[in-house]
Amino acid sequence: MAVSESAPAIAADLTQDQLRSMYRDMVLGRLLDERILVLNRQGRAPFAISGQGHEAAQVGVGYALRRGHDWLVPYYRDLTLVMVMGMEPRDHLMASLGRALDPNSGARQMPGHYGSRAHNIVTTGSPVATQILHAVGVATAFKYRGEDKVVVTSVGEGGTSEGDWHEGLNWAAVHRLPVIFLVENNSYAISVPQSRQMAVAHVADRGPGYGMPSATVDGGDCLAVYAAALEAVERARRGDGPTLLEAVCMRLQSHSSDDDQRRYRSPDDLAQMREHDPLERFRRQLEGVGVLAEGDADTIRKDCQRVIEAAQAEADAAAPPDPATALRHVYQEG
Amino acid sequence: MAQITYVEAIRGALEEEMRRDDRVLVMGEDVGAKGGVFGATAGLFAEFGEERVIDTPLAEAAIVGVSIGCALAGLRPVAEIQFLDFIPPAMDQIINEAAKIRYRSNGDWSCPMVIRAPCGGGVHVHGALYHSQSLEALFAHVPGLKVVIPSTPADAKGLLLSAIRDPDPVCFFEHKALYRSLRDEVPEGEHLVPIGKSRVAREGTDLSCITYGATVHEALAAAERLGQDGIEVEVLDLRTVRPLDREAIIATARKTGKVLVCHEANLAVGVGAEVAAIVAEECFQQLDAPVMRLGGPEVPAIPFAEPLAEVYCLGPEKIEAKLRQLAAY
Repeated sequence: MAVSESAPAIAADLTQDQLRSMYRDMVLGRLLDERILVLNRQGRAPFAISGQGHEAAQVGVGYALRRGHDWLVPYYRDLTLVMVMGMEPRDHLMASLGRALDPNSGARQMPGHYGSRAHNIVTTGSPVATQILHAVGVATAFKYRGEDKVVVTSVGEGGTSEGDWHEGLNWAAVHRLPVIFLVENNSYAISVPQSRQMAVAHVADRGPGYGMPSATVDGGDCLAVYAAALEAVERARRGDGPTLLEAVCMRLQSHSSDDDQRRYRSPDDLAQMREHDPLERFRRQLEGVGVLAEGDADTIRKDCQRVIEAAQAEADAAAPPDPATALRHVYQEG
Repeated sequence: MAQITYVEAIRGALEEEMRRDDRVLVMGEDVGAKGGVFGATAGLFAEFGEERVIDTPLAEAAIVGVSIGCALAGLRPVAEIQFLDFIPPAMDQIINEAAKIRYRSNGDWSCPMVIRAPCGGGVHVHGALYHSQSLEALFAHVPGLKVVIPSTPADAKGLLLSAIRDPDPVCFFEHKALYRSLRDEVPEGEHLVPIGKSRVAREGTDLSCITYGATVHEALAAAERLGQDGIEVEVLDLRTVRPLDREAIIATARKTGKVLVCHEANLAVGVGAEVAAIVAEECFQQLDAPVMRLGGPEVPAIPFAEPLAEVYCLGPEKIEAKLRQLAAY
């Protein structure tokens, strides 16, 4: 028993249970994401934005954080990451179907605009990269109060063209704040390729310009992301300042339910991407070292399916918001 | 009671509130060792240190955006934008973020913060186009924000204390012509002026002049001149332009039946239009004249040279002339 619970060579500080849990979180994120897209195609979910292809990077970063202690200022592709932080499939199905019980916003915002005080997930809007500055402010508060918390904020590579991104990284470096800037680089900002977004090969190339440690990591390699994120988190926690962490991901689906990436990406490009699906990579990796036995992946998949079925049944039965509440919460009440 | 200037009242309010509540911190350009370009944070750096009085990079969106993050994490930040003219880079953070945080999270999150900025110009300010604007209407349009523009040292203190303690984002605009031109009695210690409540700056029965900010003093001077001719003008200092004090606006309009609304900001689609609409909707039967407005002309901002600036600015003479026109109606 002691032997089977010892860590495999692929990740010295993770137990087999943790590795299985990481894989399960990736599968849960993927299947939920697929379900939401189906609901959209059925005409039941008016809008959907997919994180498929980002699961390995998000799980890798999420497991480097202390849940319930550290904070996240996410962006709209972080379905899997916000679930690692503690949100549930039912929360997202409530949001997709516009139910009053949507914990992000009570169905005021489009789905994919995450936020939950109970899980230290800061509320987010639609403008790109504004959240970067909020994370710098959160980190300012942590440092000011002498807390050992860290905050992760995420953005796509397109978002790094925004002024707020630059202002945030510069400020965080000047004040050596406990913040990790996670760039989930999937090569496209809707239809615009990275080559039209920046003249450098890697977003992380800009780290030295801010006086900040930076790294580019394969975002399809969950454990590589975990290791890089852990290093960044430990640096921040011991007071040695921010890190720019770029995870090179793939966008398996179009930008959103209102986009069709076949119009601007070649069939070869799309097919090749699918061959490197991070879920399959992680499954093979874990099976190779015996963390997943034959049949385990199927069992995990079926278990996640059951969770999603139950969550959707709840969301189906849940009530839409009461129109009388539309005027509430503009200012503090009472 | 101490006789102090408007800017001393601001500085004193910050100092008192920082002593009282360690969640309060100040950030902006040059707010540290220099104490701000107008001295509004003078001495705070020495007393509270660089962690609470933060000299920021020259980046307005960041000053507001980082303050929002501080507020989300439980602090009470006071952001200083060096001149209101330079706030546009931060508009995304103010309109799309700060103003919407409570609503978009269905009350789960809130954003208690203050954005201070010197505003306004005038013949003697020489601020020209980019150091003199009155942009309050841009903010007053946005649900989720409160917009405060004090006209006296006592109100500057009392409203700033209320703004810092307010659970929602407050834009706090200080007319730079008032910073050192006014010296007045300001209560020491706890002196809270509620946001959203106007003040009758001068009682009158014949005409109402509804205004705010530095223009209050010009309206008072004009009212004195009409008073010498037996025409009594009531001057209502709004103090807050969002939310407007509807009750007081309606009360003075019904009392006198003749209303002039004036402000330094551009007239078109300004705060005065909203005040005039309230009067038209609520007091139509009591009005003895059409509601009149006086404000900045259809040019982008106040020019530098005095003869040009005079064309833009109101001043007691223009207000007096408009009031006499209203009285004669």
